This record gives sequence, structure tokens and C-alpha cells, in this order.
Amino acid sequence: MNARSDFAPAYTADEMMTVTAAQQLRDGAVCFVGIGLPSAACNLARLTHAPNLVLIYESGTVGTRPGVLPLSIGDGELAETADCVVPLPEIFAHYLQGGRVDVGFLGAAQIDRYGNLNSTVIGSYAHPHVRLPGAGGAPEIATFAREVLIVMKQSARSFVPRLDFRTSCGFLDGAGQRRARGCPGSGPRAVITDFGVLRPNPASDELELTALYPGVTLEAARAATGWPLRVASDLERLAVPEPADLDCLRDLHARTRAAHDKPVRITLPA
Amino acid sequence: MALMKLAEAIEQHVRDGQSVALEGFTHLIPFAAGHEIVRQGRRDLHLIRMTPDLIYDQMIGMGCASQLTFSWGGNPGVGSLHRLRDAVEKQWPHPLAIVERSHAEMAVAYQAGASGLPCGLMRSYVDTDLARLPGAHVEEIACPFSGDSLTAVPAINPDVTILHAQQTDAEGNVLIRGIVGAMKEAALAARCLIVTVEEQVERLHADMNAIVLPRWLVTAVCIVPGGAYPSYAQGYYPRDNRFYLAWDGIARDRQVFRRWMERHVLAVRDHAEFLRALKVAA
Repeated sequence: MNARSDFAPAYTADEMMTVTAAQQLRDGAVCFVGIGLPSAACNLARLTHAPNLVLIYESGTVGTRPGVLPLSIGDGELAETADCVVPLPEIFAHYLQGGRVDVGFLGAAQIDRYGNLNSTVIGSYAHPHVRLPGAGGAPEIATFAREVLIVMKQSARSFVPRLDFRTSCGFLDGAGQRRARGCPGSGPRAVITDFGVLRPNPASDELELTALYPGVTLEAARAATGWPLRVASDLERLAVPEPADLDCLRDLHARTRAAHDKPVRITLPA
Repeated sequence: MALMKLAEAIEQHVRDGQSVALEGFTHLIPFAAGHEIVRQGRRDLHLIRMTPDLIYDQMIGMGCASQLTFSWGGNPGVGSLHRLRDAVEKQWPHPLAIVERSHAEMAVAYQAGASGLPCGLMRSYVDTDLARLPGAHVEEIACPFSGDSLTAVPAINPDVTILHAQQTDAEGNVLIRGIVGAMKEAALAARCLIVTVEEQVERLHADMNAIVLPRWLVTAVCIVPGGAYPSYAQGYYPRDNRFYLAWDGIARDRQVFRRWMERHVLAVRDHAEFLRALKVAA
């Protein structure tokens, strides 16, 4: 699938995605974080250019500064390093629905050209080929965060002309439909993939390729998209990641692996 | 409140066909209670939980459930819940009806249930297929004051809610610390509340605004140290992330899963024996 020709970079596709995602976050923003790559990107941003980034995880941890990345959305590390821990209904009602979140991070199994997302099923709902984990907090993050960043590996199977199921809204059918429906948040700002970055066209809302990673060809990006991919007239060629960012990210992952590998021991009363 | 053995509490209060919510968001998941339900062979349960997690993967795979209400059914940070998927995709060990909601809907539904309301309200999220699912039961309504579009979500009132908490005191009041999820709301929404705790202390040294469930709301308290393992209890032991990673391999195959459950859950007397068999406790 990965037509990267003979280019052999000194970093992985995941690292490039994480660094690129981190660069989208401005210092001081309030960010609703998902687990996995978004969590790595948010913490990388916090440890580098955005020390005042406010991280909220849906488990109720507000302003958390984990020293290692959590495996789950509710690891104890998140609670121990948070400004406060609130009940989950408050996270969704007071913080997200209340309009206090600047940036929401989402991933999915499928995305369409208007940034609508499927994280529910592949195949029909009644007889799914693959039953995915489901919505979680995605529909409300997609609706209420002021803007949304999407992180997904790009392939013709995941970037599809038509979703099998619409779990969370992007720009619906495009051309301003989302705004017309009175949706509080402004929708996807960028989709960060393992090929580059897509952003919505301001008029049509259709995602178009605006940046490519070093060594990635336009043809490869097109082949990894299930619809005829539009390309911005000022397509940007991104630089390789800064060594300082890569070092910081690798340290974070190394600390995380060591922490997750520690055996758990419980002392029972005699 | 009655202080009793976990086996007695499940025997007395959890019956076939009931709706049962084992809550706790990643933290304080009542694994010991779930295992006891498996050991006692309960059937036809309507399981309710925001994140089914490994405990419902185990209960579904062992045939305890005929219905599941949930909002996110994965192994956090790892991938699929293979037993849940097998039940939905291939009806193994038998068909499982699912009622699927978002996290915010579940939170609002528990709050409504706890508040004696037939439904809760939230601002509508825009146009997804979730609202069109069979059994979604959400309705758009107009705010009578502003005209804003709102979504009404029917209350959840489980027959039984089961929680794990850190401490109970001499009188049976229960203290919950750390990530609390929707535990308090699920507790207050239920007709019967069973709580397992790490330990009993003379007095809870709780902050004035801490989450304490007063003794007269609690049907039964059971002292089960390590009762949330392989999830965790803040201040007692951390989440066993290695176990969550290893579960992927165990749950992927029906026979491997059955053998694991027979050996580690059905063949042991109680949770202490389970922990010792896994060498988590000495």
C-alpha cells in the first residue's frame, strides 16, 4: 500500500503524523484528547511549544500533565497529575456542551470527503462485517468543540466515497450545510494522515490535500484516497521533523513503555 | 446497608433477566462482582455500562447477557473486545441485542434516572445515523422557552447497580476517590445498590465535598480487596495495562477464552484465589 519509493527517512510515519498533529495546537488552547496518537501529539505539544495547553480527557481529568502516556482514557496517571477530576457527566455537559473546549481530536475507521466519520460498523448495521467500538464521545466532540482535528492513516479503504455509517458529523454534505444547521463548532480544521494534511475548502467544505510529507508522492496520496482527491493550488511540502521534537517524543514513548511494563502487585490482608 | 460476603450479595440480589449496571469508567471496575455473577451462572441479563471493558467481554462470552446498553465497546488503547464482537457479528455464544448510545447520552440518561425524571435533555448533535438506530429512543424536541432544538434521552434505571469503591466505614457509608465516571449517577438511578470495597475503616477521612454514598442508599457492602483488578483502585494499586494487552490474545479465540475463564474464574472460589492464581497477590 505504501508507495514511498526509495526514500528511507530516519523517522516513522507515526512519528511524522504525531509531530504534524502537535504543530496544529497553539499554546493555551483547551484540548479534548483522545487516546493513542492524539494523546501522544497533545503531550508532545505540551512538552515543546505549548506548555500551557490544557488537556481534558473524557474520564473527567481536567488540566492533566501526565509524565507517561496513558494506555486507557482513565489511567491513574491522568488523575494524579490533573488540576481537578470531575464526574463524567460534567465533562460532557459543563465543559464540552458548555462551549469550553477549543480543539477536539478524533480518529475513525472511515472518513468521507466532507470529514464525516464512521467508528461504528463496517458493513450493514444489522449484520456488520466488522463491529467497531462505537461512538463514545465522538458525536458530541464533533459537534461542540470549536474546531476538530482528525488523525487517521490514509488508504482507499478508510478514505471512502460513502460511509457505511455516519457516527459523527463533519461538514455533512458540504457547501455550508453544517453552518446552516446551526452546529455550534466549526467542524474539522485539518485531517492529519500518514501522507500529509488535508483541509476543507472554504467554499465547498470538501477536504483537499494541502501538504505532503517529505518523500511522499502526490500519486501515492491520490491512490490512498477512495474519491478523486482535490489538491490545493499552493500544495505545501512539509519539512522533516525537528530532531528535538523526535527526541522528546521518543523519550515519552520510552518512559511510557517502561511504566506499562511494571508488574502490578496487590497485598491482601492476612 | 448490610455487610455481607460477595457471593451472598449476588445470590440474594442479582436474578436472571434483570438489568444490571456494573459502572466505573476505566477506574474501579467491579471485576470481582462480575466474576461472581459468572460463577453463579446468571443468564439473560440486560447489561448496562458506558464502556463494556474486559468485564462485560467476559460476561458476554460466558453467556450471561441477552442485551447490552453501551456507548464505547473497545479494549481501551488496545483494540477490539473480541467476545463482544463475536456475539454481535456471529451470535456466539448466543444473540446479543444492543442498545447503542453516545457517552453524553449515557451520562444524561443516568442523571435522569438518578433524579426521578423520565428523560434527560441535551443539546442535539447534528445529523448522525445514531439517532436512526433501532432502539435508539432519542427524540428531538423544541425548548419551550427558546425554541432551541434539544434531544430527549430516556432515563436509565437499572434493577441493580454494582460498584467498586475504596472504603466503607463502620456504619457502611462508602467513599469513592479518583476518576468517578458516572458511578454516583448509576448508583442513585438503581433500585438496588451493591458495593464492593477495598477495605473497611472506622471512619472515612473524606474531604467535605468528596463523593460519599450514604449508608441508607447502599443495599449491600462487601469487602473485596483487589476487587477492581485488572482495572485499578486509586491509592491502592494501578491499572494492570499488561493484562489489558494480554487479554487481546486470550479473547480472540473461543476455545482459548473458554479455557481461561474455566481455569481462572469458574475453578476458583473467590477473588482472592483469582489474584493468587495470577500471581498478582502472594
